[in-house]
Amino acid sequence: MTTELLGIILIFLVSLGLAWPLGKYINRVFTDQPTFLDFLHSLEEKLLRFAGVNPSYTMDWKQNAKALLGLNLVFFLFAFLFLLIQGSHPFWNPVQLGNWEPTLAFNTAVSFVTNTNLQHYSGETGASYFTQLIVFCWLQFVSAGTGIAACALIFQGLKNDKSSQLGNFYKLFLKSCTRILLPLAIVVSGILIWGGTPVTFEGLQEVTTLEGEKVQVATGPVAPMVAIKQLGTNGGGFFGPNSTHPFENPNYLTNVVENISILLIPMALVFSFGFFLQRKKLALLFMGVMTFLFLAFVSISVVEEYKGNPLLTELGLAPSPNLEGKELRFGSMASSFWGISTTSTSNGSVNSMHDSHSPLSGGIFLLDMMINAIYGGVGVGFINFFVYVIVAVFIAGQMIGRTPDFLGKKIEASEIKIASLVILLHPFLILAGTALASYSLSLDPDLGWLKNPSYHGFSEILYENTSAASNNGSGFEGLGDNTPFWNLLTGIIMLLGRFFPIIGPLALVGSLSFKKSIPQSSGSLKPESLAFGVVLLAVILIVTALAFFPALALGPLADYFSI
Amino acid sequence: MTTTSVNKTINLEGVRFALFQSLVKLNPKLLIKNPVMFMVALGTQVMILVTVISLFQSSESLGTPGYNFVITLILFITVIFGNFAEAIAEAKGKAQADSLRKTRQDTQARRVLSSGGIELISSAELRKGDVFVVEAGETIPADGEIIEGLASVDESAITGESAPVIREAETDHNSVIGGTKVLSDQIKVKVVAEPGESFLDKMIKLVEGANRQKTPNEIALTILLASFTLVFLIVTVTLKSFGDLVDSPITIAALISLFVCLIPTTIGGLLSAIGIAGMDRALKANLIAKSGKAVETAGDIDVLLLDKTGTITIGNRKATNFYPLHEADREKLNRYAAISSIGDPTPEGKSILELAKSFGVTVQDRELENSLLIKFSAETRISGIDLPDGTKIRKGSWDSICFWSTNKEDLKYLEQKVKEIAANGGTPLALAVDKKAIGVIQLEDIIKPGIHERFDRLRKMGVRTVMVTGDNPLTAAFIANKAGVDDFIAEAKPEDKLNYIKKEQAEGKLVAMMGDGTNDAPALAQADLGVAMNSGTQAAKEAANMVDLDSDPTKLLEVIEIGKQLLITRGNVTTFSIANDVAKYFAIVPALFAASIPGLNALNIMNLSSPDSAILSAVIFNAIIIPLLIPLALGGVKYRPVGASELLAKNLLIYGVGGILVPFLGIKLIDLLISGLI
Repeated sequence: MTTELLGIILIFLVSLGLAWPLGKYINRVFTDQPTFLDFLHSLEEKLLRFAGVNPSYTMDWKQNAKALLGLNLVFFLFAFLFLLIQGSHPFWNPVQLGNWEPTLAFNTAVSFVTNTNLQHYSGETGASYFTQLIVFCWLQFVSAGTGIAACALIFQGLKNDKSSQLGNFYKLFLKSCTRILLPLAIVVSGILIWGGTPVTFEGLQEVTTLEGEKVQVATGPVAPMVAIKQLGTNGGGFFGPNSTHPFENPNYLTNVVENISILLIPMALVFSFGFFLQRKKLALLFMGVMTFLFLAFVSISVVEEYKGNPLLTELGLAPSPNLEGKELRFGSMASSFWGISTTSTSNGSVNSMHDSHSPLSGGIFLLDMMINAIYGGVGVGFINFFVYVIVAVFIAGQMIGRTPDFLGKKIEASEIKIASLVILLHPFLILAGTALASYSLSLDPDLGWLKNPSYHGFSEILYENTSAASNNGSGFEGLGDNTPFWNLLTGIIMLLGRFFPIIGPLALVGSLSFKKSIPQSSGSLKPESLAFGVVLLAVILIVTALAFFPALALGPLADYFSI
Repeated sequence: MTTTSVNKTINLEGVRFALFQSLVKLNPKLLIKNPVMFMVALGTQVMILVTVISLFQSSESLGTPGYNFVITLILFITVIFGNFAEAIAEAKGKAQADSLRKTRQDTQARRVLSSGGIELISSAELRKGDVFVVEAGETIPADGEIIEGLASVDESAITGESAPVIREAETDHNSVIGGTKVLSDQIKVKVVAEPGESFLDKMIKLVEGANRQKTPNEIALTILLASFTLVFLIVTVTLKSFGDLVDSPITIAALISLFVCLIPTTIGGLLSAIGIAGMDRALKANLIAKSGKAVETAGDIDVLLLDKTGTITIGNRKATNFYPLHEADREKLNRYAAISSIGDPTPEGKSILELAKSFGVTVQDRELENSLLIKFSAETRISGIDLPDGTKIRKGSWDSICFWSTNKEDLKYLEQKVKEIAANGGTPLALAVDKKAIGVIQLEDIIKPGIHERFDRLRKMGVRTVMVTGDNPLTAAFIANKAGVDDFIAEAKPEDKLNYIKKEQAEGKLVAMMGDGTNDAPALAQADLGVAMNSGTQAAKEAANMVDLDSDPTKLLEVIEIGKQLLITRGNVTTFSIANDVAKYFAIVPALFAASIPGLNALNIMNLSSPDSAILSAVIFNAIIIPLLIPLALGGVKYRPVGASELLAKNLLIYGVGGILVPFLGIKLIDLLISGLI
């Protein structure tokens, strides 16, 4: 037990420790300061010029939003097309996999463009090496780059004083990929290869088992995809079982490295905010609030798993901890820690089956995705958090007798309107999606979606919708989700859940950016103060808890109290 | 301001008026302005329908008619309570407006015709631009500016201040208010507004709430509350299908109760009452705000421009000491100082007499018979008296007395004293007899007691104070330092104020100032918050956002606190309202599924007696918390000038943590009371 505990403490501390220098580095990238990768400069320039982009041209929020949406539309069309014709082109398809069913292709293309990686398919039986590398792995880079670039635009908007120019999305996007994601991915995949993760373009491998039987083992260019799936908070694995698969995550060490990769960039971006705006204390407060929630959730999950399954324990069948659905090479604590990491950061890769976690632990995973801002997905996590900050500032500002402002910018009706819409969207997508599925299932119980009845079944539906809306991508397996209904429903939810919460805050920041910054006095709200931290924490918890408590009560809580 | 003083101003008639208005406000056109309460009203309508249907039909989701009826009734009462909160705030404003309006009663006016003749008409017939005359003992028929004459006026009807004030043509105090009384002399006044559109009339309408517009911050908060309401609408509507999926049917009454309890009805019901009360509080301090926005802005003020005289110092300079050239001449100096000032009507002159008197010197008038008074002139900057015995006494600025005097050797000694006085913020006056300087009179500004603490208070609020004075920079610096202001403008001309305001605003700061003269008008208009003295000119009043009926320069300090109080009350009630939801969830959610998911009863931590009683208790608590908080909404949360973080921590503890705990107790208590009844 002590070893297991030390293991997860190590993962956490190393992540936090690496995030600080990385945050500093990311700030240098955002602000065009010299870095050790400057030899890439001419290549980046050429690429941008080739695409017809003038990198020194800055744009306001609307132009940047158009650039972001336009580029992502191109990504989507490209992915959708190549999935539809997978079997009809000759490249890198040793196992001769066929074309994709259109709704699954739609869902999957959306899923990778939105940084979700919901995966209603299974990699080893559905995706050719071309699809894995050129479509999926590539989208895992560019979708992460999109998020990071959007975050940089938000930073700039908060820094501006009476200027509408947020920067150049194309340039920030490219630099996020070449300067941040690519070098890290090379390092991580190197470690994974050294740890035993395969990289090969050969097809199925025939292996003779200990019992003397011959089996076909799927393999492929796994390591690069695993590296970027973790670093870019994508979560889409090469194989169906994701990082529980021994090729994706061979041993405890690779597990540590992958888990650190999950947390690294989201944590670093919080620090980058501090460096970018020269408000390190504020960044530390934000980090404190996120970490408080993160560690609280980890504790609940760890304790719940460690208690084991009461039904089995009573019968004397299974000792604690609860090891159902877990990999013995990682143990229960590393599984809990990973579960919280992956649901916090909208990553979605798994190293244990979330469906098999105890009801409260599973409930915490859900809550984590409902908040979707504890570190959060690369770039977008901070953006979501920023929206909570705006609401908290609005309430706290009034409580000290001033019309509210954040970093000297007045928060007025137009900003609150946008923040309200963004906050409203998340519960709307999750609850409406779940209601639609619940209603359909009540009308026709023979749809056969659910492998578990009652509350746990409800949790599976809720989880699927939550995962889609928060662009997480993990699944409470047990839901038969590769049907046109689920493919279309979650596809639409992913799209809305991705782009509204980016465009909304961009508009919000665009409006703040243009405002004159008012000087701070002793009567102004100090966002660095502990008291504000408490307001922020309360806003995050209460806003989410209030919207989702009834649903959580019917799912995980009913499950828990009925055991 | 305590809540008792609030209650005092609301009489029985006011309550009756408010109750009637609560019903009038049920009009959907009025309700829609408040999205939260509108949704409660909508929920009530649905429940009426459900109650009627449940009389004839029964199904799992309909529930029993009796229970439905009770829920419907409580929801209806919730709406009424919300309306009542707004109406009672308006009633309070109306009471204050009525007392103002009493001064507007019809009187006779003597209008001056263009021919020069005078006709007697009713005051209601006076139009803008008309000229009327009014004399001692008469009531002034309309607001106007004196164009001829001087009068002392009793303005107690409006300001409550019994001491009469002087109003004079072609000065900065040329404005008279309809309804006040002339005590002496006769004045000719030009009407400045059409009847019903005078300054005060506009204010009355505003105070009554008829013309009230939502302030920017109030609009933003309404949007946030509306979005919370929408979230809970989604929560409740979708919950129905979740329940059906896991075979836990929920009645419509329970769903609507959940919805109404969760949406922020407390702040929704009290929001406009808080806004109206803010203006009322300003009015109570005899400040008339031209808009609610002005009150809100007051809380944000960063820089305060204050006139030295009257705000920082008591009236004018006073003599505080006499310094003779030779100690032996002290008696002589005291006496001559007194004699030189006997014909000096200025406050300084009077203070010299007072000081002399305190040294035991009294001058009899007959001693001065046949003397010749030399009046002060700007050219010589000397005043004095030539006594019948030929003694010439002169008093004046150091330079001019130096020029007049012949004892040059002695002057050098006195000069040191003069410099010393000036360096300490005083003004030296020299006295000479028969062309020989004999001593110096020290005049000093008397800083108001307690003003230093007041500026400290402002500094804690984050407000910078700037003193505006006509004094020379040396004196100004001394007084500024002694009074504890952060900055000063010395030898200030009206355009200096304007420039200073523009400079501060360029840095993004909000500036407030007070003024009365016509030459203050541009600065008043430029300032984010301009407060005009009621005694000031019409131009100043037009340019300002607020008018102070008392013409008291220290009002600016109060204005800021009133503004902050308004925002704090709004923020705290919002926090309280949202925090309340935690307890309501723990009451209602286990109750919703009590029958189908007994395990969830573990969440019933209040141990409420039955599901029906739990839901009912939550809805009842939700309704009665509104009237219980009306005194807080009207009285406002007391503002204490501590640092922002400390203030936030304190309010968070009271209204945040309190907001979580109070409903647990309240709901449990209501459950204990009603569990026997159902």
